[in-house]
Amino acid sequence: MPSLDPSVDTLPKLLIHNASTFGSRPAMRHKDLGIWQTWTWAQVLDEVRAFSIGLGELGLKRGDKFTIIGTNRPRLYWAMCAGQALGAIPVPVYADAVAEEMAYVLAHAEVTLAVVEDQEQVDKLIAIAERLPQLSQIVYDEPRGLKDYNHARLISFEDVQAIGRKKLASDAGCGQRWEAGMRAGKGKDLSVILYTSGTTGRSKGVMLTYENTIISARNANAFDRLDENEQVIAYLPLAWIGDYIFSYVQAFTAGYCVNCPEAQDTVVQDRREIGTTYAFAPPRVYENLLTITMVRMADAGRLKRKVFDFFIAVARRWGEKILDREKVPLRARLLYALGEFFVYGPLKNQFGLSRVRIGYTAGEAIGPELFSFYRGIGLNLKQLYGQTEASVYVTAQPDGKIYPDTVGTASPDVELKISDSGEVLYRSPGVFAGYYKDPEKTAEVLTPDGWVHTGDAGFFDPKNGQLKIIDRAKDVGHLSDGTVFAPKYLENKLKFYPNIREAVAIGAGREFACAMINIDLTAVGSWAERNNVVYASYQELAANPRVYDLIAQHIDETNRSLSEEEVMAGAQIHRFLILHKELDPDDGELTRTQKLRRGHIIDRYSPLVEAFYDGSTEAQITTEVTFEDGHKGTIAARVAIRDLKPHPVAAAKSAKMERAA
Amino acid sequence: MREPAANETALGEALLAAEDVSLSFGGVRALTGVSFDIRKGEIRAIIGPNGAGKTSMLNVVNGFYQPQSGRITFKGEVRKSMRPYAAARGGIARTFQNLALFRGMTTLDNILAGRTLKMHRGFFWQLLRYGPALREEVEHRRRVEEIIDFLEIAAIRKVQVGRLPYGLQKRVELGRALAMEPDLLLLDEPMAGMNLEEKEDMSRFIIDVNQQYGTTIALIEHDMGVVMDLSDRVVVLDYGRKIADGTPDEVKRDKDVIRAYLGETH
Repeated sequence: MPSLDPSVDTLPKLLIHNASTFGSRPAMRHKDLGIWQTWTWAQVLDEVRAFSIGLGELGLKRGDKFTIIGTNRPRLYWAMCAGQALGAIPVPVYADAVAEEMAYVLAHAEVTLAVVEDQEQVDKLIAIAERLPQLSQIVYDEPRGLKDYNHARLISFEDVQAIGRKKLASDAGCGQRWEAGMRAGKGKDLSVILYTSGTTGRSKGVMLTYENTIISARNANAFDRLDENEQVIAYLPLAWIGDYIFSYVQAFTAGYCVNCPEAQDTVVQDRREIGTTYAFAPPRVYENLLTITMVRMADAGRLKRKVFDFFIAVARRWGEKILDREKVPLRARLLYALGEFFVYGPLKNQFGLSRVRIGYTAGEAIGPELFSFYRGIGLNLKQLYGQTEASVYVTAQPDGKIYPDTVGTASPDVELKISDSGEVLYRSPGVFAGYYKDPEKTAEVLTPDGWVHTGDAGFFDPKNGQLKIIDRAKDVGHLSDGTVFAPKYLENKLKFYPNIREAVAIGAGREFACAMINIDLTAVGSWAERNNVVYASYQELAANPRVYDLIAQHIDETNRSLSEEEVMAGAQIHRFLILHKELDPDDGELTRTQKLRRGHIIDRYSPLVEAFYDGSTEAQITTEVTFEDGHKGTIAARVAIRDLKPHPVAAAKSAKMERAA
Repeated sequence: MREPAANETALGEALLAAEDVSLSFGGVRALTGVSFDIRKGEIRAIIGPNGAGKTSMLNVVNGFYQPQSGRITFKGEVRKSMRPYAAARGGIARTFQNLALFRGMTTLDNILAGRTLKMHRGFFWQLLRYGPALREEVEHRRRVEEIIDFLEIAAIRKVQVGRLPYGLQKRVELGRALAMEPDLLLLDEPMAGMNLEEKEDMSRFIIDVNQQYGTTIALIEHDMGVVMDLSDRVVVLDYGRKIADGTPDEVKRDKDVIRAYLGETH
């Protein structure tokens, strides 16, 4: 039985509770040297305690901030809990952040100790050490390459545990003192600071208390009936609220097992081996899986392709209805069962989703077609809408009430309202304690009576009462003739095409809408191979006129579907171009969670944007790029611009979406 | 931002010494009176323009060619005639310029193949897969998994090598050579045909192998930048003769080397 006892109000207390309730059940797995290693709850407690006491000996104390940097490894999760047991506050940082970004966050959070994965992260910290005078210790997990480093401030995870174990053995009262110190922690205490990547400006440190996260996690577990039998795979960034809640707080509150993959690029295989029951992924992950599948199918034999296409059509027609237990004719049921055997079952197995009971997508709006595809093949995919400031949950879709274009009803204990300007506001027990050292920003977002401004424009769908998010409130604009222009809406439509990886829609305050496209190198590369298009690089492929033809077709189809939606019909894309480089977080074009930073992109590519509206058919652009190792270089290119004929507006006007604008 | 340690410039004893080695094929002189040594724990580069005799030198070192004259001393013993398998048994492993993997086998099996010489149980024991044979297999598999982890190729563990991109195949080949736990690792153009990122990865693996396992490495490479960054000492060949030998900085300033690489002004 997962603990619902309100006195078990911190994560370390939950660990002790789980070690006694689920002692011999698996708490964590990690694939190492090709074999899944398992730790039971009792073993995790033992590891955490030893490390925690070791950290205490190194000088970490109540109120200190410490950072966690690395990929999803058991020891890094244990380190979070071990520090929390001492009353210290973890500040996880994105592992792929460049040293510069890291320096800002670590200095702002006044971090005194770092627990990092490997040499790469140690190198980054050494590079910025001058700017972090308060950082006194670095603990590393993976010793490779670190043998010859100066170990004055560097110590391995094992050595810290050894210090802890030695202390436990030599000092009889030590274990009890540790537990008493841990029990002194309260639900109202600050438990973690998570820096939001932020689509604009400097990142802000969101402070969450134990209560915030634990109540939200318990509510979520109850909502989806999650218990100690679930299996999840931890592969999303540790510094992201999603991973913190799903792989840590919910696991601790429900008692389920968290599996850490062998490496970042083995997640799909590892997920398949584990057979996760509860999945969580941003739309991008589902998108990639589908792209890979579509590419492989395009290379498959004719018979296979025919079978695939036929049953996917069946799934599109009937799959969702069957999933929602609606009445479906017998013939369709039989066909679907056949499809399950030949196509859907194997497909889900390939994706590692065979045993998934509940799959969530969040972080960004998912293309309705993409969403329906997965539901069609029988995956109970649902949407949720959340924020770091809310300890994730704002809304979620209850089973059986799933719509591709909504994000669900208010999660348990959450109150929702829409402001006069159309912005979504919420109030819940998960609402954060404020931004760290930034009362001004806190006041902008958090009202004195506890409501949080999401910054997203939305409305309640009159048909089903669920919340619908259109876009960031400040991004929803109008064309110069007053037509509603919601860039993200257009971009999501475009991104459903496997050939289009990223799209940037432009048009606010202009006469018509335009789009800058990033092609998907896997999908278009495979198409090029089949069509005898020769290329040596992304840039060359992107500039190929036949690739332009291909993308023009997709945009034309998008325009036709827009022409059928009264409100959006005026925002059809008149001109487009294919960017000469892939948008990259290292260049500040995407956030670390891979969201577009539209404003920055429009500034950066302003010559292209101007060319859209002055009628040129091509434009010269020079951009600075940052390589993975931090070096900078420039790329110059002439980018062609293609015109498209918009479709006539089809349907009669209705006022459905107007409130949204 | 590595903090360099004392043992980085290896000054150990010579692991292998070539003295006055000459090799010819019919009338073609591939090597003429070449002498140099490889010290324990160092990364030694052999460079030179096309046709300078680099690969011939490597083939002499691992016993594939017999020099007509000269002496090879390996681990303090003078070698007379030597076959490649004897070199392998003696602790010399190599990778090839044009890859020589078993294309139909998986990454795992290819690397496991590198452990052949370390397998002690006979065919029938292996067939039984019982007791000592099983323990031995488990141990070999563990070693192979360590290499897979080390080279970060877990995602392709069970992929047929023939389906992998070139850069990854190179890495698998390095893995197979490492599986032999060699005292001396010979790399024949480990970065040939790679892009910048792959080259950086490979360089890091080579340094890591050298540091982590203390393996002595001799490599042939065209990319001067890579050679100068990686190696402790460099020997330069031109038309089968040694024209320079020393640290990267010394070699870079050597007049003969500059002439060999850039040509003479006419």
